[in-house]
Amino acid sequence: MVETTGNLAGALPQAQVFAESRVSERRKFWRRVVRLKGGLAGGSVTLILVLIALFGPLFAPHNPVAGKITDRLKPPFWLGGTHDFLLGTDQIGRDELSRLILGTRVSLEAGAAGTLVACIVGVLLGLLAGYFSGIADWFISTAVNVMLTFPFVLLALAVIAVLGTSFRNLIIVLAITAWPIYTRVIRAQVLTLREREFIQAARVIGAGNIRIMLRHALPNVVNSIIVIASLQVAQLIILESFLSFLGLGVQPPTPSWGSMLGESRTYMFDKWWLATFPGLAIFVTTLAINLFGDGLRDLLDPQSRNTI
Amino acid sequence: MRAYIANRLLQTVVVIVGISMIAFTITYLVGDPLTVLLPLDAPKEQRDVYRHSLGLDQPLPVQYYHFVARVLTGNFGNSYVIHKPAYELIIERMPATLLLTFSGLFVALMIAVPLGILAAYHKNSWVDNLSTVIAVAGSAMPIYWLGLMLIILFGVRLRWLPPSGYGSWRNLIMPAFTLGVFLAPITMRLVRSGMLDTLAQDYIRVARAKGLTERAVLSRHALKNVMIPVISVLGLQFGQLLGGAIITETTFAWPGVASQAVSSIQNQDRPVVQAAVIILATLICLVNLGVDILVAFLDPRTGK
Repeated sequence: MVETTGNLAGALPQAQVFAESRVSERRKFWRRVVRLKGGLAGGSVTLILVLIALFGPLFAPHNPVAGKITDRLKPPFWLGGTHDFLLGTDQIGRDELSRLILGTRVSLEAGAAGTLVACIVGVLLGLLAGYFSGIADWFISTAVNVMLTFPFVLLALAVIAVLGTSFRNLIIVLAITAWPIYTRVIRAQVLTLREREFIQAARVIGAGNIRIMLRHALPNVVNSIIVIASLQVAQLIILESFLSFLGLGVQPPTPSWGSMLGESRTYMFDKWWLATFPGLAIFVTTLAINLFGDGLRDLLDPQSRNTI
Repeated sequence: MRAYIANRLLQTVVVIVGISMIAFTITYLVGDPLTVLLPLDAPKEQRDVYRHSLGLDQPLPVQYYHFVARVLTGNFGNSYVIHKPAYELIIERMPATLLLTFSGLFVALMIAVPLGILAAYHKNSWVDNLSTVIAVAGSAMPIYWLGLMLIILFGVRLRWLPPSGYGSWRNLIMPAFTLGVFLAPITMRLVRSGMLDTLAQDYIRVARAKGLTERAVLSRHALKNVMIPVISVLGLQFGQLLGGAIITETTFAWPGVASQAVSSIQNQDRPVVQAAVIILATLICLVNLGVDILVAFLDPRTGK
């Protein structure tokens, strides 16, 4: 897309062909938008969740990290609880709803930050491996193969054991498990881009390697990056919640949906709602983000449906 | 074909070496094993003796060399917590993990193959839409939470199944289903897209043209060719399947390798963690290799 304008210069008939194909491209684009109701629904829910994460804690009915022990284990209001605690309270009397709201911020923050770090590292390595090939490619590709072979959950557990539990380390772990997919996809694309005329042309007019990679190759893989990242956020939210579930992720008193599930296990036999709402929150969030990511893929990068 | 297999073998060895390096480095960094082995107030002399006898006073590359030399003979050292060889601790839990893994795979295939075929055959019909909904919902599902919900519903409320444990087939149902849900969405997508590709091939048109029934076209001609990409990607997914097994095992207190690995990580039991990681990773690599070779035989076009 970025480079086609350059190819048009001086060839009028060809330019007309391009202009027409662009119109039909635009029509196809909108047809897909209409078809993608799921993507729109997912996108709206994701937007609402982001707003909850940003502003929800300001409106939370109670303090999410402190409660009165006398209020402990109250059921939701429709099961005999009070309207003061709409979704009931946990084992030390903290309001479940307020904790879920703050948990939204924690989960989205971890998912987004992990994705951002993984994306930067993975894309840079992918550019290097695809552009230079040779020995750099061999090392990077082998590393990707090793990482993709390793069960990511075991890897995450082992790394957390090394680094210790903190929010920063949690982000590092998420990034370590997530970067290889970017590298693999970007490498494959850069490998074919490298042979294209506009890259050759850039080289001929004397552009340096770094300039070619960042100014010419990178813009052509941005769509794939956006698609992978949007789908990856959901996976990382699930992984974060699982680590917190085991007590290795977000540390108390900060609520995370996963740690709330972990704490609920003790009371699972009669206080089933404690184990239900945080899981529902995770499920709705990842479902919305997945639908949104699928929609983005159909818009930006439809060929990748079978490869990512 | 021979060159292809040799190349894949070489790759496998490289990956296993890489994993052994990661396993060694990570467990080296986990912490000083002496804090686990000795009382906190142990005198410095005793610490030094222990450190020397375990070889922990040597430089890292030397330790890695000794580590590899030992591991190649199957000796991962003794567990720090339970005084048994780490290798044995892992191997004796392997049957439980394999049972869970293959049951999960079976459940996933039982869900995914019929739905994927129907979805492709009746493209854009309600079956196709339903299977898409199931796939999207399944891949968004945190499976450990699904496990918890199953335990609450069938184990606690209805009392149909034991909430956790190991031993009879009744214990296996919920974990296998949970793991199956983890793997079914991707399998279904693969079967569906593979089936769509295959149904557009000339040999399918030929089969129809010569008057075969639709049933024969599907089962004799299409299905066999669809299973090749499915097998090959499932082989690659084996690592993630084991990852799912780790999650499932911790949810259901299933006594497999993964729950052993998780508790060993929490106990800083270095030899057991190393043994678990390397044995699991080797298993994954061998499965990947075996599947690739199998696919190369099933489909002579690969590897050329």
